[in-house]
Amino acid sequence: MQPFTTHAGTVAPMDRANVDTDQIIPKQFLKRIERTGFGQFLFFDWRFLPDGTPDPAFELNRPLRHGASILLARRNFGCGSSREHAPWALSDHGFRVVIAPTFADIFYANCFQNGMLPVKLDEADVDELFRRAAAAEAAGSPYRLTVDLGACEIRDDAGFVRAFAVDPFRRTCLLEGLDNIGLSLKHVDSIAAWEAAHGLPPVGGPGA
Amino acid sequence: MTVCNMSIEAGARAGMIAPDATTFDYLRGRDLAPRDFDRAVARWESLPSDAGAVYDRVEVFAAGDVVPQVTWGTNPAQVVGVDGRVPDPAALADATDRAGAARALEYMGLEAGTPIAGIPVDRVFIGSCTNSRIEDLRAAALVVRGHTVAPHVRAMVVPGSGRVKRQAEAEGLDRVFREAGFEWREAGCSMCLGMNPDTLAPGERCASTSNRNFEGRQGKGGRTHLVSPAMAAAAAVAGHFTDVRGWSFR
Repeated sequence: MQPFTTHAGTVAPMDRANVDTDQIIPKQFLKRIERTGFGQFLFFDWRFLPDGTPDPAFELNRPLRHGASILLARRNFGCGSSREHAPWALSDHGFRVVIAPTFADIFYANCFQNGMLPVKLDEADVDELFRRAAAAEAAGSPYRLTVDLGACEIRDDAGFVRAFAVDPFRRTCLLEGLDNIGLSLKHVDSIAAWEAAHGLPPVGGPGA
Repeated sequence: MTVCNMSIEAGARAGMIAPDATTFDYLRGRDLAPRDFDRAVARWESLPSDAGAVYDRVEVFAAGDVVPQVTWGTNPAQVVGVDGRVPDPAALADATDRAGAARALEYMGLEAGTPIAGIPVDRVFIGSCTNSRIEDLRAAALVVRGHTVAPHVRAMVVPGSGRVKRQAEAEGLDRVFREAGFEWREAGCSMCLGMNPDTLAPGERCASTSNRNFEGRQGKGGRTHLVSPAMAAAAAVAGHFTDVRGWSFR
């Protein structure tokens, strides 16, 4: 898994609460058997018109938000079905950070398993970020943020600095690029020794 | 199982119910039930919460007092009793809730203040893992028996599993539904999430016993109202939402 240390990028504000996983990645695209390639379908029903062209009214389709890697949203982001395809789609599209006041629990955990950082900030701070993003865009440039997981800090170029809280274990895993499998493989020697002592085939199954 | 499934929509990671005789009777004799069933039951009986367990928050509901619920919006929390009205977003205290409700009403094609009972439906879907066990189909069939699906409504029943389908057929429930004008379908996910061709057309309004009513869940532009199996059956016959507690059973 790609580690997450410090990320600087532009912000895509999405002024909606309760963005559910059916919107993030609609069900008709869940038939792929890889974790990749979902980005093209991200927010599909909102992003595209019936004829397949991008809907200019959809907030992420505004030119200043192209290439954004930090998604800014309202509370309860990622609610609904527990499909891991939701973080896969966001990540595949290029998002590394999602900022919101609250997240649905399963989505929140899935982000950490996929090298993405979900940042919880107070509603007032999220309001402030929406205001700053709107001001930057009104002046003709995208809004930029730096998200520093080492320092647990988020900042812009104009004096906004906030600390954010994150579970220490999840933080370490993300800094080191460890998902659950990576974490288990750190103990591969102990696992192999235990399996040998118990007459079991080695890690990875027979012949591995 | 319905409560456990929907706990997620209340923000939970899991919903658990202490196993009781109903649970054990349900499991006894099933394909994947433990062979030494009595020993398993003894173990399961040790699972309920300890006396004196402490909870962050305790809510007590008398199920009999809960008015049949109908969702009006695009998440399961946007819900009201069938004797209620579509809420006015402007009356909500929180700005984010107001914006969300206004967006939901626009998507759902509803006006604030409209009585829920009387909102016409185009489609009725009785199915999904959440609400199409044999007990659900019996409850729906009881409502449907002797009635006919409203002429403008397309209604379907999709049993929760092949076993449920066979059981329902053995009890003659499929005939009750078919004679009333329902489609009787093979078990599957069907219109719960519309991964197969069972989808709503844009703007179609559906009374559905599935578990999620997000935008586009049952088809792009489709309008989903979550209801119980009995309420869905009543909506199919009446052609609009109606309080099943006042139903004329035949």
